Amino acid sequence: MKKPQLLIGLVALVALLAGPPFLKNYGIYLISYWLVFVLANMGPNLTVGYAGQKSLGHTAFFGIGAYTVAIIMKAGFSFWLGLPVAAVGCFVIGLALGFPALRVQTIYLAFATLGFNTAVWLVMRNEEWLTGGTFGINNVARPGWFGLKLDSNLRYYYFVLGVTLLMGLLLWGLVRSPWGKAFTALRDNPIRAESLGVNIQAYTLLSFAIGAVYAGVAGALFASLVQFIEPAPFTVAASIMMYLMVVVGGPGYFFGPLLGSAVGVLLPEWLRFAQAWYLFVFGSAVVVLMLWLPDGLLSIPDRIKARRLSREASAARAAAAKSIRAAA
Amino acid sequence: MSAPLLRVDGLKKSYGAILAVSGVSFEVMPGEIFGVIGPNGSGKTTLFNSVLGQITPDAGSIELNGKNITGLSPLQLNQRGVGRTFQTLQVFGKMTVRDNLIVAAQEHQGSMWSRMFAPGDSGLGARADALIDQFRIRHVADKKAGELSYGQQKLLDIAMAFMSEPDLVLLDEPCAGVNPSLVGGISTLLKDLNKSGGNGAKHRSFIVIEHNMDFVMDLCHRIMVMVEGTVMAIGTPAEIRGNKQVLDAYLGG
Repeated sequence: MKKPQLLIGLVALVALLAGPPFLKNYGIYLISYWLVFVLANMGPNLTVGYAGQKSLGHTAFFGIGAYTVAIIMKAGFSFWLGLPVAAVGCFVIGLALGFPALRVQTIYLAFATLGFNTAVWLVMRNEEWLTGGTFGINNVARPGWFGLKLDSNLRYYYFVLGVTLLMGLLLWGLVRSPWGKAFTALRDNPIRAESLGVNIQAYTLLSFAIGAVYAGVAGALFASLVQFIEPAPFTVAASIMMYLMVVVGGPGYFFGPLLGSAVGVLLPEWLRFAQAWYLFVFGSAVVVLMLWLPDGLLSIPDRIKARRLSREASAARAAAAKSIRAAA
Repeated sequence: MSAPLLRVDGLKKSYGAILAVSGVSFEVMPGEIFGVIGPNGSGKTTLFNSVLGQITPDAGSIELNGKNITGLSPLQLNQRGVGRTFQTLQVFGKMTVRDNLIVAAQEHQGSMWSRMFAPGDSGLGARADALIDQFRIRHVADKKAGELSYGQQKLLDIAMAFMSEPDLVLLDEPCAGVNPSLVGGISTLLKDLNKSGGNGAKHRSFIVIEHNMDFVMDLCHRIMVMVEGTVMAIGTPAEIRGNKQVLDAYLGG
């Protein structure tokens, strides 16, 4: 990582560590909510952004994670059992959802995963004996940690921050390893990748499974954060919103989910003054962004750099042309 | 005489009623540059795709180092030391030139699980640098491949096929779309790569499809002429040039 990036990262980390005690209760809740989505969006950022698999089913995993923890806690077991069960469950189901991607790609894959999301949502809504149906599951407790209760919003915030940082570090290590290169190769050109020995089947399945774990763990944290879950946050519309957050932030940029989730979660709060106009403002902003920045907000530095390099190259060419003319 | 590196025997492939390749047999020796020429539709690409596992032949067998490789997938062929380039540019546009080269060989380094969280260059930095210098793309090594000129991308595209030090490389029109001044450069590079071999001890073999006759005649040790899915002639460049049947059918006097 370059120096300015490292500096921005450190400032952000200090702000995230030291800032929240100065916020009101709702502010802390909102920042936690944002962090949960940052963690959740690391999943589709890997699957869609790095590996190029156009999946629209990530809210299903977010929901599976949330319901797994809620159901396990309702049954009288600990959150600390629910969390790993949610992670492993999402890995397995994510792996299974990867199989369609071995046959179909692009918009067809998007529809296949959308169908999966709808099916999962229908289970949440209709299987009342398990999920409580439209009434959902309320009083999802917050976990404790060796006698330390994480009941208060502030304490839970630090827990969410810790998990997000830990899983963020793991993902950072992964995308910088040969696996990250293999995922990118799979995205950029699967046929060439296979001819170079990249096992594209394995990497496709793993990109789904690992992405699902991130969304699932975030869902587990979400259940305990909002303490009441129902099918509404896990609809197809929510899945498209999640995809949008990844695209807005910058798919395939490690820090894309930070910005994308801010746009998806925090911006609506700041735009409350616009009230009825909110969706119009938000929708217009997305249209403008897609037209001018199809690679997301984090592509701005790259664009500036590319423009500077091409300016320098033109200047060098002009100088060379002049000296050739002078010599002739 | 040593054993052939590649032996293709009685290869057949039809698409519906069209017989694209009908009974093609040939051998490529270790260290040999073997050219395949013929008019459009003569079955060159179908032959290539059969050898490379893109399609499964209807009949016939393909052996590499005496082992049957018929019907293996492109992935399995790569693991057995077969490299290739494509007719059109196939680079990873959003990765840097260096990363393009590293990813081209990293899957040959240890197991998939050992590469999880491993250092990003897989210990291939020096090998990538050597190819970057050999192909004279040092000045663009840290640029994204998609930002390079066509000629630079073509050089990278070819270099990638050599990163994993394969025994046999199939080159599908390495000069397609390349300006004449670079054609000579590519020819020189391929001759050097043919002689150098992976570890210096062995010579690499190539099969080259190309329409540029000067390039083929200059580069290849032996040439196979295909017409309508069959082999019309196999011989040295001099023999092919002097073959009346080939002149009438393809080279056109």
